Amino acid sequence: MGLVRNFYRTTVGKKVVMAVTGLILVLFVIGHMGGNLKFFAGIDAATGTHKLDHYAAFLRTMGSELFGHAGVLWMVRVGLLVAVLLHVVSAVQLSRLSMAARPRSYAVQSFRSATPASRSMRYGGMFLFVFIILHILHFTTGTIHYQGFEHGRVFANLMSGFQPWYVPMLYVIAMAALALHLYHGVWSMFQTMGVTSPAWNNGARCIAKIVAVILFVGFSSVPLAAHFGLVEGDNTPTAMAAIVER
Amino acid sequence: MKLTLYVWRQKSAAQEGEFRRYDMQEVSPDSSFLEVLDLLNEQLILKGEEPIEFEHDCREGICGCCSMVINGRPHGPKKLHTTCQLHMRNFEDGATVYVEPWRAAAFPVVKDLVVDRSSFDRIIQSGGYISVNTGSAPEANSVPIGKEVIDTAMDAATCIGCGACVAACPNGSAALFTAAKISHLGLLAQGQPERYDRVLRMVDQMDKELFGSCTNHGECQEACPKGISIKYISMMNRDFIRATAARVMDPKGAMKAQ
Amino acid sequence: MQFQLDAKIPSGPLDRKWSKHKFDLKLVNPANKRKYTVIVVGSGLAGAAAAASLGELGYNVRCFCYQDSPRRAHSVAAQGGINAAKNYRNDGDSVWRLFYDTIKGGDFRARESNVYRLAELSVNIIDQCVAQGVPFAREYGGLLANRSFGGAQVSRTFYARGQTGQQLLLGAYSALSRQIAQKTVSMHTATEMLDVLVVDGRARGIVVRDLRTGRISTHLGDAVVLCTGGYSNVFFLSTNAKGCNVTATWRAYRRGAGFANPCFTQIHPTCIPSSGEHQSKLTLMSESLRNDGRIWVPKQAGDKRHPSDIPESERDYYLERRYPSFGNLSPRDIASRAAKERCDAGFGVGPGGLGVYLDFADSIKRLGRKVIEERYGNLFEMYESITGEDPYTEPMRIYPAPHYTMGGLWVDYNLMTTIPGLFAAGEANFSDHGANRLGASALMQGLADGYFVVPYTIGDYLARSGPSGLGSDHAAVASLEREVGDRIKKLVSLNGNRTVDSIHRELGRLMWDKCGMSRNAAGLREALQKIPAIAERFWREVRVTGSGEELNQCVEKAGRLADFLEFAELMCIDALERNESCGGHFREEYQTPDGEALRNDNEYCYAAVWGLRGTEGGRLTHDLTKEPLTFENVHLAQRSYK
Repeated sequence: MGLVRNFYRTTVGKKVVMAVTGLILVLFVIGHMGGNLKFFAGIDAATGTHKLDHYAAFLRTMGSELFGHAGVLWMVRVGLLVAVLLHVVSAVQLSRLSMAARPRSYAVQSFRSATPASRSMRYGGMFLFVFIILHILHFTTGTIHYQGFEHGRVFANLMSGFQPWYVPMLYVIAMAALALHLYHGVWSMFQTMGVTSPAWNNGARCIAKIVAVILFVGFSSVPLAAHFGLVEGDNTPTAMAAIVER
Repeated sequence: MKLTLYVWRQKSAAQEGEFRRYDMQEVSPDSSFLEVLDLLNEQLILKGEEPIEFEHDCREGICGCCSMVINGRPHGPKKLHTTCQLHMRNFEDGATVYVEPWRAAAFPVVKDLVVDRSSFDRIIQSGGYISVNTGSAPEANSVPIGKEVIDTAMDAATCIGCGACVAACPNGSAALFTAAKISHLGLLAQGQPERYDRVLRMVDQMDKELFGSCTNHGECQEACPKGISIKYISMMNRDFIRATAARVMDPKGAMKAQ
Repeated sequence: MQFQLDAKIPSGPLDRKWSKHKFDLKLVNPANKRKYTVIVVGSGLAGAAAAASLGELGYNVRCFCYQDSPRRAHSVAAQGGINAAKNYRNDGDSVWRLFYDTIKGGDFRARESNVYRLAELSVNIIDQCVAQGVPFAREYGGLLANRSFGGAQVSRTFYARGQTGQQLLLGAYSALSRQIAQKTVSMHTATEMLDVLVVDGRARGIVVRDLRTGRISTHLGDAVVLCTGGYSNVFFLSTNAKGCNVTATWRAYRRGAGFANPCFTQIHPTCIPSSGEHQSKLTLMSESLRNDGRIWVPKQAGDKRHPSDIPESERDYYLERRYPSFGNLSPRDIASRAAKERCDAGFGVGPGGLGVYLDFADSIKRLGRKVIEERYGNLFEMYESITGEDPYTEPMRIYPAPHYTMGGLWVDYNLMTTIPGLFAAGEANFSDHGANRLGASALMQGLADGYFVVPYTIGDYLARSGPSGLGSDHAAVASLEREVGDRIKKLVSLNGNRTVDSIHRELGRLMWDKCGMSRNAAGLREALQKIPAIAERFWREVRVTGSGEELNQCVEKAGRLADFLEFAELMCIDALERNESCGGHFREEYQTPDGEALRNDNEYCYAAVWGLRGTEGGRLTHDLTKEPLTFENVHLAQRSYK
């Protein structure tokens, strides 16, 4: 334990914790986005329900033979929670150190290589943290859902949840923040893990860019499509009305 | 040329400082930035005012004494230059120039533009050496070292210990300084026996000195008058992770890097 | 003060002297070493190496430097390289050849025994530095590379780009840091030595001023080593760091140490010419540039054409013309003087005609820009940044500048001065370079003294003389501290209307004109008239601001200049006394018909060792003692590089 504590006590150790948890979270959001794209998959002709709802059901049933209903899902959730907490706690600790390290700022501020992305990591991170909480309350628990939230009917929840104009707007802004966060974060992760080299550095930058762009486009497509009704599925006014009534 | 200087004046570490304005006339574009301060100081002394204290010695960019931030940039606007190598032809006639000391908790101001950088010395003392006593060295050519390796080590060893990296870093981190020394020694065959101990000890000492943490902005490599790359920070991180892993696998350290 | 000089040169054949001497030296019992305190002043190559090595041996070491970190000592600025007789190039080098080149390069005014030891130790230095992690340049096969340097026909110079001094110093600094961590060395940075404590004829400590707080204190020790560098800043404009000064060695002189050959100063040929009155120091570019650069001036005096407009036939490659076998690689004194000769005759180029061209066009054509960039890239950048001209497309302009001082405290074979217990190492002593130092030999000497000589010889001294035993309550301690404090108070009280720098410039200009690259009796006498007047103006007209109890660079500079003013006189006295030309000391009255230095071996084959006699009418008076130099192994010949 002493070694782990010593490791974590150093700034480099904390950074590595941020990098590893960041990696877990990035992999998760990529998977999450992949799942979200089921939104565009349409209705399953055989069952008459939306394929996204199938997918949501699958998330609960996967591995149930071994771990029971939603067992794997909960394990993933706990894992993600731990990752988020570690990511946030180390970020807070490091930020406090860094702010204390520069007690007085310069009269003239001049950046040469620090980007809006790298400089907004702390604030973007805080915003994303709040967003994640809102997002869970929105679509996982339904607590702050617009109206008519129903567990398991993911597609319908999305369609209704994105109706007020400010909801998709918030989501798109959040995804822009995520993209910015990852544009610096993914490259920074490679640097912190010590896997950059002059030859590979451009590759790492490139991966960061690709991840940021794909996630932004992929994630933003759903709220926009839902809001503007650009998607195949039971998005007819009558179906919508039925959902709202129910 | 004319110049308006705003210079940070601070009587001592305990007292508050402030900017004071000085208007300079007839500055030669061929003079160096420090020579302008010399000139200003001569004028101040003759007026009976205390001259501006600033650290300087070799005035050719190698001793690492100069420690001023000029218009928000450590060592001024010109890349790969120290303040003492900066010439006035890099400024426009009539320019307004703010001159401040390095600002970092680990570099407390001593007076005016002079800061205390002994934290850097303590980082080196914590492990920035190869333990070889005088007289015990083997024949120099007995260990060949590839040219690319020695060049990469030299790129890191070129650090002058000025502290511009810390001054430029929005987090006040000393990662580049520490990483440069760790990488210089860690790349060489001679540095292998102590490689893992060294990185653990030096990172530990760096943290004890109130430096901030690296968030990979890259400002340090822009400010570094010797152009030291942040790839060395990556190398330091890698060695730190490996060293910890080696400690976990092998607490007695018999399987150190060789 | 007259001295009974005993150089303590060991008997026996030259190549056996050092090993025999090492055996004869007494040893201190390992358990007793920590009971001895050794004070090392200066943290350059000699100081850091000595402090680290003495610490490793187990002595209780205290090391002092005026900079804020030992890593900033001016050794850091040496560019070109370090010589060693490794013969890795298989080009016929040997310890004997390095010895011979150094003796000859020094124009036969150095001690054979010391120089031979230096050449012997050169090989150990390279081993030591490589083991410390100094990244010397290497060949593709992984073995160490070499380059040529002035004054030698073999390639024996090891280098780390244009930053060899920096890398060697960082090596010594890392060894020192290790000892600081192990608490064998206590490091006192930003601390300037202002006097030596000599009680009953033995050095027992130093008085220092903490430059950050102004506090004056005494550090007692059983031996003191001065590694405080040279005095080129007597010229104000030199390639030395702004802080380099003569104070430590001059204070030792005033306490009874002999000062040898103060007039032996080296003017470096490849410096960037001064651009105007504002100039605060001169910048040197490594002599290694002369490997691939050709030096020339226009054949026609006052030719104002752009260099590229001057055809080949109208260029005078005067070094190649005058010294066909060494050409552009002639030793420093010769190259410097030749440049001055051309400029004085009106052929100089650039502002004020104070410059000659150093042209890389041929080499760029022959080797390609890339190779030149690889070899000298940083020097070219430095030149461009200072002058605003691009040396890849037009030739550099260079002019000689004061750079190194061969003179220094007289020391015997053990590097001990005439004051028992007071040692001097590196540039601070006079020992190895005679009247002219060869390129890449200063680093070698500093490290040889620090790593391999002083650690042995101090042990011998301590074993023979025992602990100093002086307590801090001794009356001499308080009285010396008071004296030093009074001097600071006197400086702080100066309230005239001139700055320290303006007086320093005045002294510097006079010294450069009258006691610089070439000297004559009339000029030296004139300087001796004028220096006291400048000194008087200093004490009457200078203004020092602030107090002595804080960081105050004004007081620091004033104190250093006060010592330079006293020292400058001795320099001129020595130059006037030496009625011959040798190495860096060129007396215009003594030259061969073709303008070469004319030595007088019959009358001046000695080291001139000055001692303080006293004060007469407010001026210091000095006595000369001669240490005859005997040459048993080399034949005294006129130095020829033709």
